[in-house]
Amino acid sequence: MADLSNKERMALPMVEMPLHPAEERVKNFDEVPIGYSPEQAQQEAQRCIQCKKPGCVPGCPVGIDIPGFIKFIEDGDYAGAVKRIRETNFLPAICGRVCPQDKQCQIDCVIGKKGHSVEIGSLERFAADYERKNNIRILPDIAPDTGKRVAVVGSGPAGLTAAYELIRNGHAVTVFEAFHRPGGVLVYGIPRFRLPLDIIDSDVKFLEDMGVEFVYNMIIGKVLTLDDLLGEEDFDAVFIGSGAGLPKLLGIKGENGNGVYSANDYLTRIYLMHGNLFPEYTTPIVQGKRVGVIGAGNTGMDVIRTAKRLGGDVTCYYRRSHDQAPARAEELRHAEQEFINWKFLSNPVEIITDENNNVTAIKCEKMKLGEPDRSGRKKPVGTGEFFVDEIDTIVFSLGCNVNPIIPSTDKEVGINRWGIVMVDPKTYQTSKEGVFAGGDTVTGGSTVILAMGQAKVAAENIDKYLKGEISWAEAKVPTDPDSPGVIWDVEMPKKKKDKIMKENVDHRTAAS
Amino acid sequence: MSNRYVQSFKILDKKELCPNTYWYEIEAPFIARKIEAGQFIIMKPFKKSERIPLSICGWDREKGTLHIIVMSAGKTTRDLNEMQVGDCLSDIVGPLGQRSHIDKYHDACVLIGGGYGTGAVIPTARDLKALGNRVIGIVGARNKDLLLMVDELKEVCDEVYLTTNDGSIGIEGFVTHALEKILEKEDISYVLAVGPVPMMMAVTKLTEPKGINTWVSLNAIMVDGTGMCGTCRVTVGGETKFACFHGPDFDGHKVDFDELMKRQKMYVEVEKKALEAVGK
Ligand SMILES: Cc1cc2nc3c(=O)[nH]c(=O)nc-3n(C[C@H](O)[C@H](O)[C@H](O)COP(=O)(O)OP(=O)(O)OC[C@H]3O[C@@H](n4cnc5c(N)ncnc54)[C@H](O)[C@@H]3O)c2cc1C
Ligand SMILES: Cc1cc2nc3c(=O)[nH]c(=O)nc-3n(C[C@H](O)[C@H](O)[C@H](O)COP(=O)(O)OP(=O)(O)OC[C@H]3O[C@@H](n4cnc5c(N)ncnc54)[C@H](O)[C@@H]3O)c2cc1C
Ligand code: SF4
Ligand code: FES
Repeated sequence: MADLSNKERMALPMVEMPLHPAEERVKNFDEVPIGYSPEQAQQEAQRCIQCKKPGCVPGCPVGIDIPGFIKFIEDGDYAGAVKRIRETNFLPAICGRVCPQDKQCQIDCVIGKKGHSVEIGSLERFAADYERKNNIRILPDIAPDTGKRVAVVGSGPAGLTAAYELIRNGHAVTVFEAFHRPGGVLVYGIPRFRLPLDIIDSDVKFLEDMGVEFVYNMIIGKVLTLDDLLGEEDFDAVFIGSGAGLPKLLGIKGENGNGVYSANDYLTRIYLMHGNLFPEYTTPIVQGKRVGVIGAGNTGMDVIRTAKRLGGDVTCYYRRSHDQAPARAEELRHAEQEFINWKFLSNPVEIITDENNNVTAIKCEKMKLGEPDRSGRKKPVGTGEFFVDEIDTIVFSLGCNVNPIIPSTDKEVGINRWGIVMVDPKTYQTSKEGVFAGGDTVTGGSTVILAMGQAKVAAENIDKYLKGEISWAEAKVPTDPDSPGVIWDVEMPKKKKDKIMKENVDHRTAAS
Repeated sequence: MSNRYVQSFKILDKKELCPNTYWYEIEAPFIARKIEAGQFIIMKPFKKSERIPLSICGWDREKGTLHIIVMSAGKTTRDLNEMQVGDCLSDIVGPLGQRSHIDKYHDACVLIGGGYGTGAVIPTARDLKALGNRVIGIVGARNKDLLLMVDELKEVCDEVYLTTNDGSIGIEGFVTHALEKILEKEDISYVLAVGPVPMMMAVTKLTEPKGINTWVSLNAIMVDGTGMCGTCRVTVGGETKFACFHGPDFDGHKVDFDELMKRQKMYVEVEKKALEAVGK
């Protein structure tokens, strides 16, 4: 590759991620972005000026050496690139696809100050896909067997990451998953047109090859309690990565009408149970012609685009404005290309049903923007003006609360008012000895990469605990029921942290 | 890799109770060790099946088995009822829901079962008996050939009443007629009814004016059974509850049965297609 000056690099145009055209892609569930070719990846990599003090790295929750891996791509050493990424990120094919890069690494890329920042996510995805397609992934070194056993609860990104870090340190790991297959929200939330199953499954297979044991259909708290795991089952520590699966509703009239789904219900029927392939798979999904989706976060975008693919005429209702929509920028952009009707500043107040309890219409209040609220966003306020739209199916896409199964079956695990599991934010110890937690369970819902980042820190501390380097005597677990969940605890300049934290809080409270 | 937590979900025994209704003994040692009266499981007979909830009518903790009764209703229950001894179910998860809410009561306890519900009340009857209660069973069906689990219920009750719509055996009429007869004779402290919604509704109508503590097991449509999806929403005392997590047993006098019945019909039309697709 010719040596380019910074000025020349900065003058290069961004390589747009090639996409399947909207009119075609809304007819199937295939992945929307096609992915860079090696030439395109190299071309995009040339736009990086290899900053001495990069703006991107502090924005990455796991601190990937971004200029480092981009340099490898520029030089055509794709295996070197993915090796570099893997030093800090265990799930790059997934992260390259679903991380909110626009709010993390790409937001402070110097190139982005004048034009479009380097497409870091697309490059990460390219490197990871290259590895998978060419089957060049190598098993990492595994430390000698420590004789210790760790139980991991949940096989979402937090559980998978914890399992990886723990087995590498020589501990035996068993993952217990409530569902009949692994992946957590990666499978039953995030749609196939964003994240194909073979990617998740290849990461799980990799863990199996490393020796991690997976057990499905096991609801911890019910079939085995934490005390069973730490007692009779002889585990030395437990990591809880059970996510935040408890759907939020609005509490408005008509909410239990037939045809009103929570996003979890709707997406699970399709992506976990393959309801779109009914009747080959026998889980039904009933979607009428006119579909109303409430909420404009990532979950909302996923529901909207799924409903479109099932042939719906889809309208999105969101009580704030377009610019306040908390979805990842790329998701909002892709949704906007897919022939959706948007009703911003529209607050659903009632769902109207017929005598058979079937949904017939939605009633909304028109909103306007008022004074800024605590998050700094202008607050939507009612105008007293209402409208009614006829509708057949409604999906609430308002985010989640934490699932109460584990805390309700073990009172020693402390939770706050909102059911979030309380942990020491440095070590991820819970109030129960031997039990750690991370991911959506301790945040109330955030992102894949934050769940992974927390799981990694938790795994490091589990390792220390198993070696007797830390104990429960020093653990500082909040006991005040009003304490917030952990949001963020990765080394990073404070200002940057605050900014990302705020973005992620916004993301979590997509509906608010 | 063999792994000690893998359960085979193998059918060890199968019996026909009446046409289209079978009793099964299934290997699931971890669930069998923990399950309690009133709880249920969710299972998938095949990989591509829907997840459906089923009550438990018994278990053997030593042997590691569960006892279930399956009535053919649609595709999934029919698929299951075609499986034979030696076959393995694809998935079973449990125990789900809260155990029955029981105590030592002053007066009699009446357990009412219709269809698979007769099996479902047996573990609760046994527990009530163990607490020293006087336990009376009522089993109802359209005719005597459809009555099931009567002998098993008799084993755990002080007395059992049978009712049939055509009078072919026992009291002619509905389970409520038997309940009225009992009420003429003695006071009742506790009622549990499990079966078709109209039956549970009729029972609660009868006991409400008398203020009898009455529980019903709600068979809402479910997916995960852990509180994750909300498909099993029911209205109880004006509040939305999740049948899988807060239930399945609820205070029968507070349940919005009308909404439950309508919600159960949500998939009727589309489910027909699943059956048509396989030409049944
Ligand atoms: C529709 C949707 C779209 C999203 N899009 C994005 C996105 O684009 N980018 C992004 O970064 N984030 C996104 N998120 C958020 C992200 O998916 C989550 O933050 C992340 O998956 C959390 O990981 P986790 O491992 O903590 O939990 P989960 O992924 O929720 O996994 C928890 C696992 O634990 C299992 N479990 C629960 N209870 C038990 C129990 N008692 N016993 C055993 N197992 C149990 C569950 O079945 C599940 O498999 C999205 C979320 C949703 C719902
Ligand atoms: C807590 C609980 C415990 C249950 N215990 C048992 C049991 O021990 N034995 C047993 O045979 N069945 C039991 N059921 C009912 C069983 O789950 C349904 O019959 C089954 O889901 C029907 O699935 P299908 O695919 O065969 O039929 P589908 O084609 O899905 O439905 C066929 C017909 O059954 C109705 N139906 C669907 N779901 C339910 C439901 N959850 N409850 C009642 N009717 C329904 C439909 O409206 C339709 O008319 C229980 C349900 C719950 C919620
Ligand atoms: S900030 Fe942008 S240009 Fe600088 S190293 Fe990171 S990706 Fe490259
Ligand atoms: S079945 Fe999903 S919440 Fe009850």
